[in-house]
Amino acid sequence: MNVITNVEEKATEKVWEPKIIAFLCNWCSYAGADLAGVSRIQYPPTVRVIRVMCTGRMNPSFVIKAFQNGADGVLVAGCHPGDCHYIQGNLYARRRYSILAGLIEFLGIERERFMMSWVSASEGGKFAKVVTELTDRVKKLGPQNQLRRP
Amino acid sequence: MKITIDDREIEAEKGQTILEVAQKAGIEIPTLCYNKALSPYGACRLCTVEMTKGKRSKLVTACTYPVEDGITVKTKSERVLKARRVIMELLLARCPNSDEIKELAARMGVVKSRFRTLGDPTEKCILCGLCVRTCQELMEVNAIGFAGRGMKRDITTPFDKLSDICTTCGACEFVCPTNSIKLNEITGKKPVPLLSEFNMGLISRPAIYKPFPQAVPNVPKIDRDNCMHFLKGSCGACERFCDAKAIKYDQEDETEKLDVGSIILAPGFNEFDPSLKREYGYGIYPNVVSSIEFERLLSASGPSGGHVQRPSDGKTPKKIAFIQCVGSRDANTNEYCSSVCCMYAIKEAIVIKEHAPGVEPHIFFMDIRAFGKEFDDYYTRAKEEYDVRFTRCRAANVEETENNDLILSYVENGEPKEEKFDFAVLSVGLEAPRDSQELSEKLGIELNKYNFCSTKTFSPLETSKPGVYVCGVFSGPKDIPDTVAQASGAAVKASSLISSERGKLVTIKEYPPEKKIEGAAPRIGVFVCHCGINIGGVVDVPAVTEYARTLPNVVYGEDNLYTCSQDTQERIKEQIKEQDLNRVIVASCTPRTHEPLFQETLREAGLNPYLFEFVNIRDQCSWVHMHEPERATEKAKDLVRMGVAKARLLEPLQREKTEVTPSALVLGGGLSGMIAALEIAKQGFEVHLVEKESDLGGNLRKLHYLLSGEDPKKKLKELIKEVEENQRIHAYTNTIVTNVEGYIGNFKTTLMNKNENKVEIEHGAVVVATGGEEYKPKEYLYGEDTRVITQLELEEKMSESNFETQKVVMIQCVGSRNDERTYCSRVCCAQAIKNALKIKEKNPDSNVYILYKDVRAYGFNEAYYKEASENGVIFFRYDDENKPKVERENGILKVSFLEPILNEEFAIEPDLLVLSAATLPPKGNEYLAKMLKVPLSKDGFFLEAHMKLRPVEFATDGIFLCGLAHSPKPVDESISQACAAASKVCTILSKPFVEGEGIIARVNEALCSGCGLCVEICPYKAISLDEKTEKATINSALCKCCGACVAGCRMGAIQQKGFEDREILNVLDAALLEEFA
Repeated sequence: MNVITNVEEKATEKVWEPKIIAFLCNWCSYAGADLAGVSRIQYPPTVRVIRVMCTGRMNPSFVIKAFQNGADGVLVAGCHPGDCHYIQGNLYARRRYSILAGLIEFLGIERERFMMSWVSASEGGKFAKVVTELTDRVKKLGPQNQLRRP
Repeated sequence: MKITIDDREIEAEKGQTILEVAQKAGIEIPTLCYNKALSPYGACRLCTVEMTKGKRSKLVTACTYPVEDGITVKTKSERVLKARRVIMELLLARCPNSDEIKELAARMGVVKSRFRTLGDPTEKCILCGLCVRTCQELMEVNAIGFAGRGMKRDITTPFDKLSDICTTCGACEFVCPTNSIKLNEITGKKPVPLLSEFNMGLISRPAIYKPFPQAVPNVPKIDRDNCMHFLKGSCGACERFCDAKAIKYDQEDETEKLDVGSIILAPGFNEFDPSLKREYGYGIYPNVVSSIEFERLLSASGPSGGHVQRPSDGKTPKKIAFIQCVGSRDANTNEYCSSVCCMYAIKEAIVIKEHAPGVEPHIFFMDIRAFGKEFDDYYTRAKEEYDVRFTRCRAANVEETENNDLILSYVENGEPKEEKFDFAVLSVGLEAPRDSQELSEKLGIELNKYNFCSTKTFSPLETSKPGVYVCGVFSGPKDIPDTVAQASGAAVKASSLISSERGKLVTIKEYPPEKKIEGAAPRIGVFVCHCGINIGGVVDVPAVTEYARTLPNVVYGEDNLYTCSQDTQERIKEQIKEQDLNRVIVASCTPRTHEPLFQETLREAGLNPYLFEFVNIRDQCSWVHMHEPERATEKAKDLVRMGVAKARLLEPLQREKTEVTPSALVLGGGLSGMIAALEIAKQGFEVHLVEKESDLGGNLRKLHYLLSGEDPKKKLKELIKEVEENQRIHAYTNTIVTNVEGYIGNFKTTLMNKNENKVEIEHGAVVVATGGEEYKPKEYLYGEDTRVITQLELEEKMSESNFETQKVVMIQCVGSRNDERTYCSRVCCAQAIKNALKIKEKNPDSNVYILYKDVRAYGFNEAYYKEASENGVIFFRYDDENKPKVERENGILKVSFLEPILNEEFAIEPDLLVLSAATLPPKGNEYLAKMLKVPLSKDGFFLEAHMKLRPVEFATDGIFLCGLAHSPKPVDESISQACAAASKVCTILSKPFVEGEGIIARVNEALCSGCGLCVEICPYKAISLDEKTEKATINSALCKCCGACVAGCRMGAIQQKGFEDREILNVLDAALLEEFA
């Protein structure tokens, strides 16, 4: 179902702003993102957060799909090593990330567009910093068109 | 009355201003001089709106204009915007260099002013009068006011003199929108900031505040001792700001009387005040901080965001000295050891090194007491991987140089030394809570000589008063895992007294039957929250609601001032019925706090709670994009659209219930096993206690006396008698486990006795208390010479009447802390001291020498270490490079070693050489671990779910551990853990069912290839391969919903309910393509 029919027209109206998909684990990073809010730490409105229970749930295809859909950047954030609510899900995610990052590069997407970070429930500031950093990186690179489906 | 603002009809009350009505409806009107707590003033004119009454329309200031029935207001018409731009130009002309004005002007499209700047170009004051009104109306001080006219109009004190009546409250600085007013220009008095307790006074806090970011409950509190309203009856701003009307100044502390059956004391500790150790300069030199202050400095949520800076100049320190035992092991302050400081100092050193790799942490210590599970490995990593330097000494004093650097003096190996540092951290000790005396008097409990709660070795959780229990540091310094174990242990003690009353005060809530939604098209209701102005002040909530109504399957949308309020819950329930909703979306704060509330509302309306989707437009949108209302609104729309994409695919989920067999299996009949069995039985449950030996008692049988003077032999007899007489405990001696099947609530275990008779028992939980054993040394002529024995053998010998000796040498860490076994056996230092004291007691003229690496007499045992030294026991330190040598020449035993302080070779010819042998994990651990499907640590002990927070639980539900099976530990700690394990068991057995989660993983057998990868991945052993079908099956009682198996499945055969691939992919489509299935 096509909700807004003319995406391109909309895009030409405004200055380009990157769109970033962030996958956050429920226990640490999503809570960290909430804390950024509670502390009123400002960051660019570029991210759209998708909550998963654990970064271990992250299917690599989600990242590929995000880029295919035209995401300019993808962030995966979970608990610090040793703090995973599910013991080691974040370590599974880290392994998948390291392989996937190589594949992303192979596909012709700048590696800087794909980022993984540890953000704990008490690190609101860090979450804002990570988002700002990724936004800056992506802004420098411009829109991601390599995998974007026409 | 009704008024129309921007084409919306809004209910208003007489006496309200246009601005108040608009703000409440979430319509943003810019303001500068308006403050909710002050009377409106109309000075800045920025809130100008176009008001039409009848046929006349005019520009008015929204903040001062009272509403009238039927008026129409435009807040964003071209006429309004033009007027506001002119106002901004005028303000810009007055304050061309104010960043705040420039930013606001830019947001309104004004970059340059057409007007000339006539006055001082550095002027920042826009004469909004907020400060003056605040000082007059709120603070009732009147220290400042307007003076002069026209161009010379100014805000100042009477006669421009520094004010005497100013109370330095700082409210004027706080309200000033342009950072113009400065307190030091108003008064000569120095403001006294309120210091943040949580941040150790490193930064200030307001008088109404949340104590710390994750406080429970997470609501602000008023500091009545410093709040101007409570001090002077003035201010009251918070009451006027709170739309929820939650501030009530007349609320009093209430005294409530509770009837309870037992009491647990957990008042914690106070840290030592390091300014009492004047030689280290705390409180005098700015760059000397306490370890707790340093902990805050290191924290990402701390005052400097995790960047450690020197208080004197804000520079990043390079050389950091950690001084240990500040207020511990010190005759002038506290004699005991605080147990935790060595490890926290090492941790802080590693963390700072990870954060700023160039930093050089240097720890000055007396003994490194890394006695906990795998702590020594951490210590080794600090030295080898992180280059943390360690110097063994007692730091003498600290002095400061001109540029606030610090000179630390100390004595190493008898030689005085000095070293310069940028920064010093004092590792402060733990003291009894300051009010412990008062607590003791009120409750009638005894304290020990250090004012901690007095406990006994065999009753570590009991105070001197029956029914009053204790846990945590109040009964002695201890680390997190020990505290957590004690907390659970105290809980089982406290509840066993009143177990007959269990569940009597519980009322069960009834819900209407669940509506069937299978086959029905999604009918989604979207509720968008203003959260007062928290969301509505930034995000255009009506626009988001309007947008939501256009989305597929959304049949209803409304915005609420507070979606979480009680009346909105009723509205949601009504709408579910009226609109026949079968999915509900709330766009408001965060699921982490409010999802359960809305899910409950759904249940009350007869909808399955999993048909709910939360959209976070406050914490992750309006609060973090406060200056970009348009983009925040766009984002909120995106998020709602993503929510709809998810909601359309949601399915009702059930939490599966499995029945519980209300009995437990305890493996191991030693001290821990017997205690666990007794505690479970006292709660009214059956226990099967299995011991492989012919008698109960385990290692406790080998103990003949304790440091505390209690009699372990007597206690052993009592315990065995109690176990044997307890009707609910079935003890099986000479018995082993041959098979374990099942899961939490439903285990089936086969036991076999020495006659190979088998018996199968059913039980709901398992406690592993299989103990440990003393290492039989291969070194130091053990087994070759009868004069070389272990500590336990010495204890046995000493209990015999004919024990006699003149000269004894003890060697510590035999089989521990070496390359083969890197861990510390924790008990041997105290054991050696105990036995040395006993030898001295039997024969004061005998000589006892203890050769050690670190004396780890932690906690109150430090006093026995001191006593041993005073009684003439001689301690010599050795290190790994120069281990003692033991030889036998002509039948004479000779121990030689290098004394490091004198750097001289010593030799002693003892008539007894006692080896403090390691505590080993029993060989059977591997067999048992495989059977129970639980992990072992690298050292061969059982490995718990979390080293700090879940010390007695395995990751697999329903299986617990305690005592030496976990790691080496003394009697009191084993008992605490055994009680903790019993407590955990009872939380399962006390309920008729185990309730699984809703969002568990499910296998599609048609796709499953039976590869077993998911079985390996699952950290909870919830997945197994069905023997017949060879397909993966998931035990719903064990699944913890992480979804790791879903991502790991090569066939895509596993999906997690509520987080299915199709759901997440659909959300991705909605997020980026704006179209979705």
